[in-house]
Amino acid sequence: MDDILAVDLRRITKKFGSVVANDEVDFSVRPGEIHALLGENGAGKSTIMCMLSGVYRPTSGQIYLNNQLARIHSPKDAVKLGVGMVFQNFRLVPTLTAAENLVLGEVRPIGRTKGWMAKKTAEIEALAQKFGLGFPADRPIWQLSVGEQQRVEIVKTLYRGANLIILDEPTSVLTPGEADQLFATLLELRKERKTVILTTHKLKEVMAIADRISVMRKGKMLATLDKSATNEHEVARLMVGQDRQELKARASRPAGATILTIEDLMVPGDHGLPALDGFSMTIRQGEIVGIAGVAGNGQKELAEVLAGLRTWKRGTIRFRDDQWKGASVRQSIESGISHVPENRMKSGLAGSLGSVDNLLVKSYRSPARSRWGFLRTVGNRLWSQGLVDQFDVKTAHLDAPVHQMSGGNQQKLLFAREIHHKPHLMVAVHPTQGLDVGATDGVHNLLTGLRDEGKSVLLISEDLDELLLLSDRIVVLFGGKSMGEVTRDTADRERLGLWMAGVL
Amino acid sequence: MRIEIDPAGRESPWWVTIAAVVLAFGLVAVFIFFTGKDPSVVFAKMLGGAFGTTFGLTETLVKAIPLMLCGLGVSLAYRIQVWNIGAEGQFLVGAIAATAVTIYLPWLPGWATLPVMVIAGLVAGGIWGLFTALPKVWFNVNELIISLMLNYIGVLGLNYVVFGPWRDPKGMNFPGTPPFTDAQSLPVFGDSRLHFGLILALLAVVLVAVFVKSTRWGYELRLIGANPEAARHAGINLPRHIVVVMLLSGGLAGLAGMAEVSGVAHKLMYGISPGYGYTAIIVAWIARLNPFGIVVSSVLFGGLIVGGYSVQTIGLPSSISSLLQGAVLFFLIAGSILGKVRIRWN
Repeated sequence: MDDILAVDLRRITKKFGSVVANDEVDFSVRPGEIHALLGENGAGKSTIMCMLSGVYRPTSGQIYLNNQLARIHSPKDAVKLGVGMVFQNFRLVPTLTAAENLVLGEVRPIGRTKGWMAKKTAEIEALAQKFGLGFPADRPIWQLSVGEQQRVEIVKTLYRGANLIILDEPTSVLTPGEADQLFATLLELRKERKTVILTTHKLKEVMAIADRISVMRKGKMLATLDKSATNEHEVARLMVGQDRQELKARASRPAGATILTIEDLMVPGDHGLPALDGFSMTIRQGEIVGIAGVAGNGQKELAEVLAGLRTWKRGTIRFRDDQWKGASVRQSIESGISHVPENRMKSGLAGSLGSVDNLLVKSYRSPARSRWGFLRTVGNRLWSQGLVDQFDVKTAHLDAPVHQMSGGNQQKLLFAREIHHKPHLMVAVHPTQGLDVGATDGVHNLLTGLRDEGKSVLLISEDLDELLLLSDRIVVLFGGKSMGEVTRDTADRERLGLWMAGVL
Repeated sequence: MRIEIDPAGRESPWWVTIAAVVLAFGLVAVFIFFTGKDPSVVFAKMLGGAFGTTFGLTETLVKAIPLMLCGLGVSLAYRIQVWNIGAEGQFLVGAIAATAVTIYLPWLPGWATLPVMVIAGLVAGGIWGLFTALPKVWFNVNELIISLMLNYIGVLGLNYVVFGPWRDPKGMNFPGTPPFTDAQSLPVFGDSRLHFGLILALLAVVLVAVFVKSTRWGYELRLIGANPEAARHAGINLPRHIVVVMLLSGGLAGLAGMAEVSGVAHKLMYGISPGYGYTAIIVAWIARLNPFGIVVSSVLFGGLIVGGYSVQTIGLPSSISSLLQGAVLFFLIAGSILGKVRIRWN
């Protein structure tokens, strides 16, 4: 074992306000190794990477690079110290060529621009060739594939002299073929004694390529394992936690008739690659079906399809007695689907408007709320006041902009609106994200309350504890496919963890 | 001390608008000081010229009419974050279309002439607005660029007809059409130049105010303006709203053009608009897109234009009022940006 450590984090704590993202984390990486950092979303991986690359500064603790105390106060410091970061969404200028992107910010000598650029391009191409990272250096970035753009990002770090290369979820945007190519590159980098840290949630990839594996959970570093001395099961168990706390499993009633049937669904994601591919599931009346999985495996797209916001390319959706022909938000609302979106302030509420306008979003077209095209102003205020009281939303007054409310009250308002709509199915995406314990409990009661009335709930969450607490069934999504399904009685954390990481 | 940008981007308080106007006058006062005049005398002259006499007041209102209609038009588009800066062009094609009625349909019975001219102005302006809206919703073309470019097309179209086919043969080579008949002119109040367009404009203000406040359509605009993504989640068809709003936005500016040729100039002529469509942008913002606020701000800016004429008598160019307009906009924008900046001491 080398005495020198490429990276050594000592008792790093990072707080954002009252939220502790990293709690006294120790983390070390040996030079020339490929080190995988694993953990569920919100485990604190990204925070660590951002501190290494100078985006954040730790609240307390020290960072050592090559056994030297490092003062990383800005991304520029990080580059100087040989740390290069490849973000999940690339930092490239689409209209410039790859070479131009790399030399961006360099002072170009006056009077010999063309020759200088040609020289730089040649230099970049040679560097790329050395690591088997082919891409056309003289074409604008927007013409390159996502895989090629990622290679540009990697060469950018090398060009700036990085010895430590950090990759955040590098395979999440790649096709399987491109991912294989990336792994070949990483091995090439290791051969050149570069140190690589990558985050991913795909266990198979980790087992294939990493030398060592560190697992984080809820801001804490749990363990660092040698790949040769561990196996998928152990890692999965660490990731999802072993603490089998006594779940206050909420009593459920036998479920009724099937209300939603999805068969062989293919939904293209934002990048054009299939986000859901051959996905099938059913939901029955009076049950809560949980969708487990790490973010980016098709959950968002599933929710959007059901809300009528996204179209699908193949497969059938049957809700109540209607076979859907195409995506339409109106159809979805009118047929009785409520949607609590992932980011309430981004797509659920209009922050600068008051409670009345926000409560009207789903129902303003109904005769009770408007007549002959005119809103029933007085009636709507009384109705809003009623809902605000019923759901115990704390607001200064009905016209106060909702961005002034606390997150919990915003969520209550959103639930008031969506439940008032008397849904047959509620699609709730991360409904307790960012809420405190009390507000979380409130949301849980609303969801189980809906189920007890015979309504159905599709609960999409990354928090396995929450899913196990509420769901009658859990479907695990991985890579746009259903990995399997467990019922409340057969739920087994370890198996769920393996499925979430793509291991059957 | 740290300076931070508040990401929530709260709306700046109402007094920022007042402060912007005051600061603008302060800045222009410095300019006037360096011309060797006494700023207080100049401002008093402007104020007296614009509001001090019946003649000045009616002239101010005459200028306020096109500003009010164009300002109302652009404010509709700004409500849903469509940056229409093409009111100038929409104004001009409205004026051209209304004049076309006088040229090509002179046989219309007297009672029908003005209504047809009003419709022509509305429709032409609306179509000009559509030229901005449709490329935006079909091809995602930036509306700032199209609406601005369409202004130049409008100006050149105006120049073509007044220098070319429509030029008055008895007009001593002046680039303008033959004067309108009485049936083609909007009635005026008493013996002033103040015309019936004021009623049209105020009517439009009330209609817009009622519609944006109390109708489903107005609610949809409010939601789109506050959070387009939330509007999409509510099943609101954003492209359709952009088209309808631009149709109305252009239509109101086109109506302003009609009112100007029919109520004030009584003919179409070269340079019919001293930039009403551009000033209307400031008028709308200073009123924070509020319809009744636009009544106030358009009278204020009408007064600025008239006041600018009156300072000519003491040897200053009337462009002092352009200077003031620009300064007001500058401070207004600065205010709304600086309103998001927080200075923290720690």
